[in-house]
Amino acid sequence: MFTVLLQFILSGITVGAIYALVGLGFNIIYNATSIINLAQGEFVVMGGLIMWFFSQSLQLPFFTSIILTILLVGLIGLMMERLTINPLKNADLLLMIMITVAVSIVLRGILMFKFGKDPYSYPPFTEGEPIVILGAVIQQQVLWVLGITLTCIGLIFLFFNKTMLGKAMSACAVNPTAAKLVGINVSRMIMLSFILSAILGAIGGIAITPISLMEYDKGPSLAVKGFCAAIMGGLGNGMGAVVGGFIIGILESLTAGYIHSGFKDAVALVILLGILFFKPAGLFGSKATLSVRKF
Amino acid sequence: MLKVEGIWKTFGGITALMDVSFKVESQEIKAVIGPNGAGKTTLFNVISGVYRADRGNIYFNEKKIDNLNPVKIARLGISRTFQNVELYGHMTVLENVMVGRYCKTKSGFLSCGFRLPNMVKEEREIRKVSEELLEYVGLYDKRDYLASELPIGSQRILEIARALATEPKLIMFDEPASGLNDAETKELSLFIKRLREEKKLTIILVEHDMGLVMDISDNIVVLNFGEKLAEGTPGEIRNNKLVIDAYLGEEELE
Amino acid sequence: MRKHVNYIVLLVLIIIFPFLIKDNYTLTIGIFAGINSLVAMGLSLLMGYAGQVSLGQAGFYGIGAYVSAILALKFGVPVVLSAIVAALVSAFAAVLLAIPALKLKGHYLAVATLGFGEIIYIILNELGPGGPSGFGDIPQVSFMGYKMTGQISYFYLIWGIVFILIIFSYNIINSRIGRAMRAIHDTETGSSAMGVDVSALKIKIFILSAVYASIAGSFYAHYITFISPTTFSLFHSVLILTMVVIGGASNLFGAVVGAIIITVLPEALRKFEELDVLVYGLILTFSLLFIRKGIVPTLLQRLKKKGMANA
Repeated sequence: MFTVLLQFILSGITVGAIYALVGLGFNIIYNATSIINLAQGEFVVMGGLIMWFFSQSLQLPFFTSIILTILLVGLIGLMMERLTINPLKNADLLLMIMITVAVSIVLRGILMFKFGKDPYSYPPFTEGEPIVILGAVIQQQVLWVLGITLTCIGLIFLFFNKTMLGKAMSACAVNPTAAKLVGINVSRMIMLSFILSAILGAIGGIAITPISLMEYDKGPSLAVKGFCAAIMGGLGNGMGAVVGGFIIGILESLTAGYIHSGFKDAVALVILLGILFFKPAGLFGSKATLSVRKF
Repeated sequence: MLKVEGIWKTFGGITALMDVSFKVESQEIKAVIGPNGAGKTTLFNVISGVYRADRGNIYFNEKKIDNLNPVKIARLGISRTFQNVELYGHMTVLENVMVGRYCKTKSGFLSCGFRLPNMVKEEREIRKVSEELLEYVGLYDKRDYLASELPIGSQRILEIARALATEPKLIMFDEPASGLNDAETKELSLFIKRLREEKKLTIILVEHDMGLVMDISDNIVVLNFGEKLAEGTPGEIRNNKLVIDAYLGEEELE
Repeated sequence: MRKHVNYIVLLVLIIIFPFLIKDNYTLTIGIFAGINSLVAMGLSLLMGYAGQVSLGQAGFYGIGAYVSAILALKFGVPVVLSAIVAALVSAFAAVLLAIPALKLKGHYLAVATLGFGEIIYIILNELGPGGPSGFGDIPQVSFMGYKMTGQISYFYLIWGIVFILIIFSYNIINSRIGRAMRAIHDTETGSSAMGVDVSALKIKIFILSAVYASIAGSFYAHYITFISPTTFSLFHSVLILTMVVIGGASNLFGAVVGAIIITVLPEALRKFEELDVLVYGLILTFSLLFIRKGIVPTLLQRLKKKGMANA
């Protein structure tokens, strides 16, 4: 009984980690621009598929592949911002969000052309026996996913709270006009936010692919889950999105295990509606933050 | 007609209105004056239902209205204009006034969608009343312009026409003269007096232009830091020591 | 007369289209374009005129299709009646969703509708007849015993509904309700002070847009006679939003033009084979980048400028 429960929770935490990364990515861009970047899921997919391309198809060494993948996806994030978001400056928010949808379709088109419709996977980072705790089996890759996710989250928080650049980015989010006045280059900060989000997504994709496979059209569902996580934690609240991501992952896994696997995907959405209707500021937000939101 | 009793309103620790009371008689022109931040616009927003008072009562024709929302208050016959002009910029001048008729008409979705006879009749009525009002305020020639294309002075007049379209008994003007030049302000003061005579209206106005206030009001309430400092006729206010010390200063009373 | 010229042009186009186009394939696309126009018009009313966004129109489209199909197939309800019941169900769902969501400012309705649409999609997958693979044998539209099976008659039926609803919608836009709606779009404070009940009106418009989508869904189901949940996914909601934005949200004819373009585009892109998604995405990106107001309003602006230059 307990072992099964533990097993469900563990697999929930694993998926939840990816939702957390996507949710965090949403917030980084949202805080800099008020845009909901609906191409966020594609960053994760690209991470997995491009990693496969470098490490399996080109047979490049493991670390080289990782670095190249991160660089490439980061570059795509940069191009997305420079080519589509930046030229639209001061446009209607809705148009900006629509353009992220359009970009996600372009990215999906490229992925489908290059990789086809098959799912891809590659071996886990380390070979070896799974670990057994209290009867629950944990694959080593799961530990990698968790370790990498938590490290990334930690680094992001250090970046935003301790470095000058990170603080400058936060300042842009709070008040772009004031940030401009004190000499912060807002446009560059927005670009940086896209690069950061893209890299976060890519890292998640690289880590999860050995466990859950990756295919070209997984992006939208990842984006929806990550978005639910972000709303749950209170849009703009990074730590909230992380917690939200893990909660959604665990609840999904429990629903699939105990109720019906088909309703798994409804969990995040029911939570989404529940939060909107009963606590629109999110689990950790206050009414005051709600009133300044543009989206 | 309107009775405001002991109104308190605070915003996150800042007290905007402190125990404010006054009465407005039928067909009176009442001015609310005071330095910036004295709580004048807050007072308007409390009366018109945008904000709810923390304490106190407001009665309109003996009916308690302090717990009603802006829609219900508007429907009872209290209309207003805004300090920052809240017109519908993408709609024509005529359409702006026509929106004012919304609360006096009742065709539903189906009548409107199929243009059933009752709706067509009502629509003709809406147009007629609105055009007459535009004629009355002198904006009929501009009826097909977009509201946002009008100069600020005309926008303030249009807001008044729109408010009149709701057939109010009491109308509140929030700084109607701001942005107007001297000639326009003169015209406005004549216009407001004419409104009272011809439309049998009760009027409350918030205004900085002392010339206008002293010229047209029957009675003045002075607010200072959310508190009522004084109340009386223009003559009384002009000579009130407290008022002179607190606000009016030297030059503004000439 | 002049203000009816749009309607007349549309009507003439509708009437002559089947005479110009003889092949069934193109007629079918024409029918789909009409069905999509209905959904897009509903969303255009909501977005362009009331300033609210919905990412869940596919949910109402799906309710319309499934409820009407199941009623007709399993309970033998006459087809037009089944579509009306489906529209009532959609309207009810819209009320449940709108009352809490519209109390919130900003784009919360968009987020809530996204969740709603996806939940409907999952329900159709899990509880709908045939599950993810859907079901067939849905009765076709019959009218007073006459079965509508011909392509041309169905084309006229769908576009006839489009035509009626476009007039209906414009009548609304130019009525007290429509003016109040547009007023809300400009300023909510300035509207409620004039006695316009902002949230009640928003809820009504949202219901109207849901009903349009539902009607489209019902006629889709009875035309194609086979439905499966994939048609009603989030992707379809996004498509509908795209139609409205590309065509121009501030104009109902824009919704129709957008619907036609987005329906025809994938067919036209067939020859790109596996590149079709990419090309589709690129066209979408470029049109959003360069025709920000949408095709129809941009064209109208051009014409107006030209007219002024000539005058």
